[in-house]
Order: sequence, then structure tokens, then C-alpha cells
Amino acid sequence: MTYIRKPKFANPHIRSNDLGLTHRDYEGSLTTLCGGCGHDSISAAIIQAAVGMSLPPHRVAKLSGIGCSSKIPAYFLSRSHGFNSVHGRMPSVATGANMANKELYFLGVSGDGDSASIGLGQFCHIVRRRINMLYIVANNGTYGLTKGQLSATADPGSRTKSGEESQYDNIDMATLAIELGASFVARSFSGDKSQLVPLIQAGLSHKGFAFIDVISPCVTFNNTDFSTHGYKNTWENYQALSSIDYVPMRKEITTSYGAGEDKEITLHDGSVIHLHKTGSDYRPEDRDNALSHISDYRKKGKIATGLLYINQDQADFHELNDSVDKPLNTLASSDLCPGNEVLQSINETFR
Amino acid sequence: MKATDISNPDYFHKVVDCQWACPAHTPVPEYIRLIAAGRYTDAYMINWHSNVFPGILGRTCDRPCEPACRRGRVEEQPVAICRLKRVAADYKEDISTRLPPVPRKKNGKHVALVGGGPASLTVARDLLPLGYEVTLFEKDRKSGGAMRTQIPRFRLPEEVLEEELNYILDMGVNCRFGEEITSMRELLEENFDAVFVGTGAPLGKTLDLPGYQESRENVHTGIEWLAGVAFGHITSIGRKVIVLGGGNTAMDCCRTAKRLGGEEVTVAVRSGFDEMKASPWEIEDAQAEDIPILNFHVPKRYIHENGRLVAMEFEKVRREFDANGKRLLVPTGDAPVIIRCDDVLCAIGQENSFPWVERDLGIDFDQWDLPVLDKRTFQSSNPKVFFGGDAALGPDNIITAVAHGHEAAVSIDLFCSEADVQQRPPPETLLQSQKMGIHQWSYDNDISIELRHAVPHADKSRTLKDLNIEVELGFDQRLAYEETMRCLNCDVQTVFSDNLCIECDACVDICPTDCITFTRNAEEATLRQQLIAPATNTDQDLYVSGELKTHRVMVKSEDLCLHCGLCAERCPTSAWDMRKFLLNTAKAGSPCQKP
Ligand SMILES: Cc1cc2nc3c(=O)[nH]c(=O)nc-3n(C[C@H](O)[C@H](O)[C@H](O)COP(=O)(O)OP(=O)(O)OC[C@H]3O[C@@H](n4cnc5c(N)ncnc54)[C@H](O)[C@@H]3O)c2cc1C
Ligand SMILES: Cc1ncc(C[n+]2csc(CCOP(=O)(O)OP(=O)(O)O)c2C)c(N)n1
Ligand code: SF4
Ligand code: SF4
Ligand code: SF4
Ligand SMILES: [Mg+2]
Repeated sequence: MTYIRKPKFANPHIRSNDLGLTHRDYEGSLTTLCGGCGHDSISAAIIQAAVGMSLPPHRVAKLSGIGCSSKIPAYFLSRSHGFNSVHGRMPSVATGANMANKELYFLGVSGDGDSASIGLGQFCHIVRRRINMLYIVANNGTYGLTKGQLSATADPGSRTKSGEESQYDNIDMATLAIELGASFVARSFSGDKSQLVPLIQAGLSHKGFAFIDVISPCVTFNNTDFSTHGYKNTWENYQALSSIDYVPMRKEITTSYGAGEDKEITLHDGSVIHLHKTGSDYRPEDRDNALSHISDYRKKGKIATGLLYINQDQADFHELNDSVDKPLNTLASSDLCPGNEVLQSINETFR
Repeated sequence: MKATDISNPDYFHKVVDCQWACPAHTPVPEYIRLIAAGRYTDAYMINWHSNVFPGILGRTCDRPCEPACRRGRVEEQPVAICRLKRVAADYKEDISTRLPPVPRKKNGKHVALVGGGPASLTVARDLLPLGYEVTLFEKDRKSGGAMRTQIPRFRLPEEVLEEELNYILDMGVNCRFGEEITSMRELLEENFDAVFVGTGAPLGKTLDLPGYQESRENVHTGIEWLAGVAFGHITSIGRKVIVLGGGNTAMDCCRTAKRLGGEEVTVAVRSGFDEMKASPWEIEDAQAEDIPILNFHVPKRYIHENGRLVAMEFEKVRREFDANGKRLLVPTGDAPVIIRCDDVLCAIGQENSFPWVERDLGIDFDQWDLPVLDKRTFQSSNPKVFFGGDAALGPDNIITAVAHGHEAAVSIDLFCSEADVQQRPPPETLLQSQKMGIHQWSYDNDISIELRHAVPHADKSRTLKDLNIEVELGFDQRLAYEETMRCLNCDVQTVFSDNLCIECDACVDICPTDCITFTRNAEEATLRQQLIAPATNTDQDLYVSGELKTHRVMVKSEDLCLHCGLCAERCPTSAWDMRKFLLNTAKAGSPCQKP
């Protein structure tokens, strides 16, 4: 009578993807988060993104730290690989996993506490190291799991349900990521899947470190009228710099757009994103332009969202380090131990 | 689309697919839950108030509710609604104290009922508690109408029939059994305050083909023959029997013939198997008794020798469609099929017949010789005379007769109180939150995913030997419980309050069947397409909210909602609530009725 399992019956009219799977096949176990938590919408958006891209679930690795947000990998893609790590330490685990198998899609999910407080150091370094992954921060301006303390992303003056007011300047994760060298940076809102889903798809397709700061209200502890991370403020103040469509590489591109209104970007895996301008002279390839837009909007009390910055020409960690082509688990012992002759020739170089 | 007006009782009523489809609008899920709780007597009384004959209908109803049942859209088969009704009847306790009291002091109005079938008996039951005096004229020596004379005892045992007839007769009906009304004029001259005609559709048809005159003795009208069997006048039949026709009467004829000595019983149908009018379960039951059904066999002549029927000749046909898509039965050109037989039962339809209603009494008849009636009130063009059941609209079924009876009783009561019969009292409705705690509901939302359970049958080696042994054994209590768990509780409505919604998407994300979408408003056809799962079943409504803060609307397609309550469990602001919608149609004397 309480918290039933989600019934197995599905709507026969939902679409299935190229793998013959519907979004019901990408679900995880039933959420244990508070009803209305933005994090659940992020789970749903990830599921939609994965269905739309026909991601084979077993090709995905989900990684997280600690927090309500870090729990969500349990609620989607139950047939994927997963690692729920220590608080703030997901970047290390993600880096290791990525080293071991560069062929998987890596999806990190963390919170503002997990990544901007205890894990800030780890966060900075994974950005800097250009690990090829999509890193999502479900940002609610609070430590939800520990009952609503203000986090480092809470804007000054923002107030939680208990009435606590943020005294300090906030850390803007998107700005930080751009400054530290992330090659794909976006911001979105859990309430707007029409924007969030294509951003997740583009982030997964992007080669290099992709980051999405998703405003994801904590309905229980930080959803007051005075909270900048609540539903009310976000609905009222989020503004997309451009709207985005994602076309997976297998799909033919049929829509055409008027010159000047639209920017078409082909990603490394052949998929395409379309950015439709919404008025401003926004140039997502221009790092300084991106940073100034973010702070201009912020000064007006607005939240700039959409694809903020993209750089497709940056080499990622594997390229920079000329790592082995194949996943380590596929290497034969002859690759790992090439024999005395090879050893001798290596030793020769040190003489 | 305009925001949905949920204060209109039809809106939520329609969501309860079974109740909406039931002619008497029985609150099905309410009684199914009571059965699950083991409260059989309470479940029975809900039925008794709505459909008057739960034990009878739980065995024989045409079950229009089942093809309508939502479960049939969500998986393969509907809930076994009808057989659960029987469970309530089988396991109930004594109900005598629960029957409505009949006042000793009468209201001075006297109503005549012609015919003792379910239609008339429903009128009697509804009017007696209001103080009416009711006189029932029935040409047979017993009441029940076609329920007694047509439906064989192996489908409906005598005791079940008697019990439910007696609940009504014992309320104080003046029974004038064995009295056939032969003149409406004379009846009207007796100065009843109102007359209700529930005489059924008593006229069977035979097939007049070459050889008929010579074979007459062994060519029978199905319904007359069944009545003869029911009253014990007919106790045997020839060894080889052909039944003509593909409706339920044909199925009852062939199964009865098999029990009266028919060793080779064959059913012959003109059209295709899939066009047969009989209910699928009746066909299955006949086939389970090894009765072959030949389709595309058109009867051509009766073959007789020495003044006795010996065989029938059939022409084989196939189905074709002409340019206008009209279905034709075209001879295949094969040699005629000769089937030997001793008796033929014609089950090819029945008709109404009112030779006893004089045509100068202000009661108009239409071109098919059916009385001209107001479809809502069942009043004829003579305001004192009402019709219902098969007599009103032609042969149908018991539950329809009951529904007519209820409406006619309302009309008669209004008419006798000198009120306007068009001013119908509204149904009684109740919309009540089921919330008990954050994730607790006062109904069991954890529905079973089991497939429909079959009702066990008695062994055919026994049932085929005795006309009176009931074939279906009914669910036992455990099986009944399992079956109740399949019901989706469609009466527990999802009620949305747009002013509370914060558009967090929690309901959208959790809904297992993708019923809910937040979207820009549009015309219905467009809206149906722009939902997360397109709502293509236009028989099922869209629930549209008022405009939300983001200028979108919430649109819920009712089609495949499982009433699981997860949307309401996940909603942080209780913008969704699960509320039980109980609707009882107004009966005669309803408190809502205007004086
Ligand atoms: C073979 C067969 C099987 C059926 N099986 C089912 C079934 O399984 N389920 C189902 O729902 N429906 C079934 N039906 C249909 C169902 O029986 C009828 O639709 C229903 O009984 C109609 O009820 P009624 O009250 O209108 O009339 P009836 O039940 O037909 O009753 C009319 C009564 O009026 C009496 N009468 C007629 N004329 C006069 C007169 N002038 N004076 C006095 N009395 C008169 C008749 O003797 C009869 O008793 C079946 C019908 C047949 C023929
Ligand atoms: C090493 C360590 N320190 C502290 C904690 C307590 N703790 C658990 S979750 C959490 C904050 C989570 O905040 P955030 O990442 O924003 O997640 P949210 O619950 O808000 O989604 C803290 C401090 C811990 N689990 N481990
Ligand atoms: S406490 Fe806040 S962040 Fe955690 S599940 Fe509840 S609403 Fe979501
Ligand atoms: S699932 Fe239950 S309530 Fe819904 S239509 Fe079927 S029997 Fe009626
Ligand atoms: S009750 Fe709510 S969650 Fe359940 S199927 Fe219906 S709309 Fe969906
Ligand atoms: Mg947080």
C-alpha cells in the first residue's frame, strides 16, 4: 500500500528506439527521493536521452559520489555499469575507470555539495585532465541528504526553508569549468526536459570533458520563495542563450534553418546539434564571450542556460598521453608482456 | 482545449469504463474491492441495488462491462467482472434484514405490470418500498420471464433464480400468474394509475424452406422449444439434431439438445464464424461440449421421407465484398452438403408482438411494430403506459431490461406524483480522497500482473447427462481474491488542482503508462498527438487543466491510467490526489428528486 513497485504495464504507444527498447527498458529501481525532487527529473531526462540515442545500456558506466543527487544512478539504466563512490571522490574513480576502458560512455552524476564543497579539488583536476566523460552536477544550493545546510553554490542572500541565509559569494560551477579548461559546458534546469535532454545527448557525444550544471530544486529543504535554486525563481529567471536540438548520427537531417538564425555543429561521433539563436549575439565557441554572458545575466538576476561553451579541437586525456587504443581488459598477455627482446630494446634506450 | 469540467458527473463516470458500459451502471470496482476484503454480503447489496439479480447476472449477464474494461487495454484480458459478481452471491450471508422496508400504509397509487420478466420485476422492486400497490400479470404460472423459460438450468440453477425472484415477490407483489392480458383496453379500463408493459419479445421464427410443410413436426422454433424444456413438457429429442443460427439462443439450443438425447448435434451458421452473434464464451462452452459449428452453410431445404424429416440440404458459400464494401455470401459451387437429422431447431431470431394492444388507445407503433417511446423515460404516447425490456426496443438482455425497469420506475413515480417525467433526478455522487498518509491510500494500488483466471467447470461426463447440473462451478474464495487483485480501481480518480502544481515533473516521470504531459494547449486533435505517448484512442477523454504558471497546461490521457496513485505519491504539493468517485444512478423516490 505504500511505495509500490512501479507497475510493469507500459503504454503501447510509446516509441521504441533502434535497439527496440523503450524508456521503460532504461529505468532503474523506484526512486527513494522526495516526491518533486529535481533529481528525479534528471534521471528521467537521462533515460530519455539514452533512449533517443539508442545507447546500448551495457556500454554505459555511471559514477557518483554521495548525496541525494549521487543516489540517482540507481534509478536509471539498471543494466549499465555503476560505481557509487566516496563523498567528493567520484572524479578519481571516474578517471581510473576511464583509463581502464576508453570505449564506454562515462556518465558522472554528483551534487553541488559533492563537487563544490568536499570534492572541489577533485572536480578541478578532472576538468583540467580532460577526461572524456559527461559530468552532471544536480545543483540545488543545499546539502539535501544531510537535511538542508547551505552549500557553496547558494547565491548570497538565498534562504533555505529553515531560514538560514547564505552569507558568502557562491561558486559558479559552469564558470569554474570553463576556466579550468572543460571543452563542453552547459547549464540547464531539471524542469525543462526539452532543453536538458538534448544537452545530455550532446554532452555524451562530445569528445572530451563535458559538464552540465543542472539547477535541480530540493523541494524539501530549499524550495522557498527566497531560494535562488527553488522552482519559482528558476522558472521565472532562467533564460536560454540558444535553444538546442540533437540529431543522432544515424538519423538523416531533414529540417533546414534560415541562415543566421541557426548554428549547426557536427560532433566527433557524427551526431549534429542545432542551436537556434534566441536574440543575443551569443558565440558558444568563444570562451570570453561565454564567461561575460554568464556574468552579465547573473548581474540582472537571470540564469543563463543552454550550451554555454564548446571547443571541439581540444585533445583529451587519452590523446595527450597516447594511451593504448583498446580497453585494458581486452589486451592479451602477449601485449602486456611483450617478451625479453622488447624489454632489452627498451633498456637500450636508457643506456 | 477548454479545461475539463470535473464537476460534471459524466466525466469521472466515463473513466470507470465498466460502470459506464453497464446499462444499470453498477459501481463495479466498489464491489470488487469488497469481495477482496471478504465482505461478500456488502458486495452483493451494492449489486442488488443496481442490477437487482446479482446471482442470476453473475452467471448469465451479457457483460458489456468486460469488453469495456480498462484491463483489456493494458494487457490481454479484462477482469472477470461478471464471475466476481457471482462470487458475491455465492458467499453472501442472509440478506433479509438488508432489504428495503415496504410500508404497510400504501400511497394510494396502483400500478399494473404486464409480464413477469426482469423488466417488470425491477419496476416492482423500485416502487414497492415507496408505498405503491403493484399487480403483476404473467401468462405463465411462474415469474422470471425468459430467465426461467429460455436460459437453461445448467447455466442458471433453479434455486438461484427462485431466491432472487422471491426477494421481490415477497415484498408484496399482487401476483396474477396464469393470466394472459389479451386486451390493453380492458386493462386500462381497470383504472390503474399507470401500466408497465414488460412482455418481452415472445415471437420466435421458423425457416420456411421447401419441404417445411412435410417436416413440420420435427422443425421447432428455438425459443418455444426451450420454454417447453424449461416447463418439463419436452423431455427428449431425436438422436441427430441440427441447430440453425449463430446467436446465443442457438448455443442454448444445441447444448440443451445434447442433454436431452441428441447424440449428433450440429450447429449450422450462414455467415462466417467471426460474424456469429453469440458471445465468445457461449461459443467456447458449446465447443467444449464437442458440438461442431459449421460456418458458411446456407440451409436450402428440408429433406423428408415418408412424411418424416430425415436430413437438411445446405449450400456452401464464401464471403466476398462488393464495390461498396458490402459483404456478400457467394456460393462456392461445391456440391450441396446433406446432413442427416431427426430434428431441426430454428434459432434465427425473435420478434416483438403486440396483438393484444388495440391501436386506438393513443399508443403509437412505429414501422417495425415497436411502440414509439421516449428513450429516456420509456413513456409511450399514451402518458399512462410505459414499456421496458425486450418489449420496448426489441430483444436484448437481462441487464438492459433491468436498466429500463429502473428508468421506467422513476418515470412512473414522477408521473403518479404529477411531476414532469422529463425532470430526471440526478445521480448520487461522492468524490472522496483516499489519502491516509504520505504514501498510503485506503485502496490497494499494488495491482497484480496475473492474467485472467478461468472459472472451473464441472466434469462434462456428469453435466452432459443432466440438464440441471450447473456447468460452471464459480470461483472459490482464493481464486476470486486473485482475480479481484487484477482490477485497476478505475473509480479512484486522479484529481488535479492546477493552483497547487509547481511543474516539477514528478508525476510525468513516475507514470508507468505515460499518461501525463505538460504542454502548450491546442485543439484536441493536435493535443492528442503532442503528448509523450500519443493518445490515439478517441473514445477515452483527455483531462486538461487550467493554464499553469509557465503558460502550459497539464494534459492527462485517461486511456491507460492504471490508477496506481504514483503520480499523487510523488507530487510534493498534493496537486494530484486520488479520490474515489462513487456514482449511484437515481432510482425511483430518489431524495434528490424535486417534489
Ligand atoms: C435462449 C435465450 C437465452 C438468453 N440468454 C440470456 C443470457 O444468458 N443473458 C442475458 O442477459 N439475456 C439472455 N437472453 C435475453 C433475456 O432473457 C431477455 O432479454 C430478458 O429476459 C428480457 O426481459 P423482459 O423483462 O423484457 O422480458 P421477458 O423476460 O421476456 O419476460 C416477459 C414475460 O412476459 C410474459 N408475457 C408476454 N406477453 C404477456 C401477456 N400478454 N400477458 C401476460 N404475460 C405476458 C411472458 O410469459 C414472459 O414471462 C436470452 C434470451 C433467449 C431467448
Ligand atoms: C566524507 C563525508 N563527509 C560528510 C558526509 C555527509 N554528507 C553526506 S551527503 C552530504 C552533502 C551532499 O550534498 P550534495 O552533493 O549537494 O547532494 P544533495 O543531497 O543536495 O543532492 C554530506 C555533507 C559524508 N557522507 N561523507
Ligand atoms: S532532500 Fe532535497 S535533494 Fe534530497 S531527495 Fe529530498 S528534495 Fe531531493
Ligand atoms: S479494471 Fe476494474 S474498475 Fe477498471 S474497468 Fe476493469 S473492472 Fe472496472
Ligand atoms: S494513477 Fe497517475 S501515475 Fe498511475 S497510471 Fe494513472 S496517471 Fe499514471
Ligand atoms: Mg545539493
